[in-house]
Amino acid sequence: MKTKRVTAATLTLQLGACSYQTYQSDFANAGVEDRQFLILFWIFVAVCVAMYVLVIIFLIAGIARRRRAGDANVVETGRHHQSHPLLRGGLIGWAALVSTGLVGLAIASFFADRTMANAAANEKLSITVTGKQWWWDIQYNAADVSKTMRTANELHLPVGVPVRILLRSDDVIHSFWVPSFVGKQDLIPGRDTDVSFTPTKVGIFRGQCAEFCGVEHAHMAFVVDVEPYGDFIKWWERQLQEAQPPSTPLALVGYNYVTTRECATCHTISGTPAGGRVGPDLTHLASRHSIAAGTLPMGEGNLYGWVADPQSIKPGSKMPTVDLEPNDLHAVVAYLETLK
Amino acid sequence: MSSRFRTSCAFALVVALAMTGCNREERHSRSKPLGETVDTGASPDTIIPGGGTPQPLDPRAALYDNNSPAIAEGQQLFNKMNCVGCHSHGGGGMGPALMDDEWRYGGRIDQIAATIAEGRPNGMPSWRGKLTEDQIWKIAAYVRTLSGLPSKDVVGSRSEGISGPTPQTLTPHQQPRPSDTAEQ
Repeated sequence: MKTKRVTAATLTLQLGACSYQTYQSDFANAGVEDRQFLILFWIFVAVCVAMYVLVIIFLIAGIARRRRAGDANVVETGRHHQSHPLLRGGLIGWAALVSTGLVGLAIASFFADRTMANAAANEKLSITVTGKQWWWDIQYNAADVSKTMRTANELHLPVGVPVRILLRSDDVIHSFWVPSFVGKQDLIPGRDTDVSFTPTKVGIFRGQCAEFCGVEHAHMAFVVDVEPYGDFIKWWERQLQEAQPPSTPLALVGYNYVTTRECATCHTISGTPAGGRVGPDLTHLASRHSIAAGTLPMGEGNLYGWVADPQSIKPGSKMPTVDLEPNDLHAVVAYLETLK
Repeated sequence: MSSRFRTSCAFALVVALAMTGCNREERHSRSKPLGETVDTGASPDTIIPGGGTPQPLDPRAALYDNNSPAIAEGQQLFNKMNCVGCHSHGGGGMGPALMDDEWRYGGRIDQIAATIAEGRPNGMPSWRGKLTEDQIWKIAAYVRTLSGLPSKDVVGSRSEGISGPTPQTLTPHQQPRPSDTAEQ
């Protein structure tokens, strides 16, 4: 019994801890839309709980009344249609209460929808996200085409600026979901969909694919880094730059391998001959938070593991295991680490 | 025991036996299970156009030929690696057609893999070092489906990729404007 109580207490404490974790949470309150959603959610909870409690009270009262009265109030007598005036009034009141509650919820929902549609009308930043098995291709669109920039698996957003994300898919249906900002939106092959939101909190948030899309669906995540406007512009300028030429002999060997062998067939590194468009853009790979769409945190050890044997880390991924000699592996990782 | 019961029993037995035929091929996601587990034998390097004695079949053929996941992956690679640029979708163009019965360098899976890996005169580039062995063999497995060589139960009943444009009901209204202001 004591163990049970301790377990229950621990569980409750853990649930309490969930509310402080905003990394990936519907309750993060990190965007205008998320705030609207939360307000709507709490209105729904309040109305539904109130009605539920009322129903239970009436149910208990009914049972108690039946028990007290014995056989006198049996409905099967056929007299139940000659109801008491008080009961009649009560029923009319009840119907009125239910209608008012439903209308109230509909009105609250309408206004929440209106506010959530605002971001799309006031779009200040346009990003195209293409879902692929199993990673996210991200392109920042600018009116000036020379400022258009491509990256992968990481969104950087300025705080307080309404953003519209155009969603496309190259293979199967995926779903774009950053619970801290806004609800899910599907990416459907051959169709354009979009989602708009306005982040209001600086921080790092996690998004993920929310529609089963194949064996590595669970490893199709991305990072959203919300920054002050100045930092965001600085990041964008940095991303527009070409990759730095290798500065050490080891990195040069890696550069030669990456730009002429299997890697370049699928990956782009701008400023080098590597120009494949099948896999993620690697131009600023080492500046990202994660490797392989949120599968591993970025770091030297994880880069080694991923380059040496991706099929053990993410089985079925389109990144093949390249039969690298140990010397080449050292060189490739040394070069990839310079791609800041 | 009624004859009807006996017929039902016989039917159930036949169905149960047929079920054993449903055992599909293994899906291997690792790129190099082969060097470790299978003797790759002689390289089918010696290709004699128009004839000659063919070499014994490469043991890797058993892992890729008639293998449904390999064929599906091969089809994606065939499109992504721009094989369609020269061979079209099998119909040929700058390169020879792949959907007919004529094979200049042999139509066996190991011969096709060798053709992709080594390249061939008059335009076919060498993909060795650009693609892994595993990817080359997957493409070879797919190329054989273009002329209907693998058995029908392992090939896809529909093609990969998107077909057709966006439905007209979803086409956004775009107000016509003169072209000289388009870039402003």
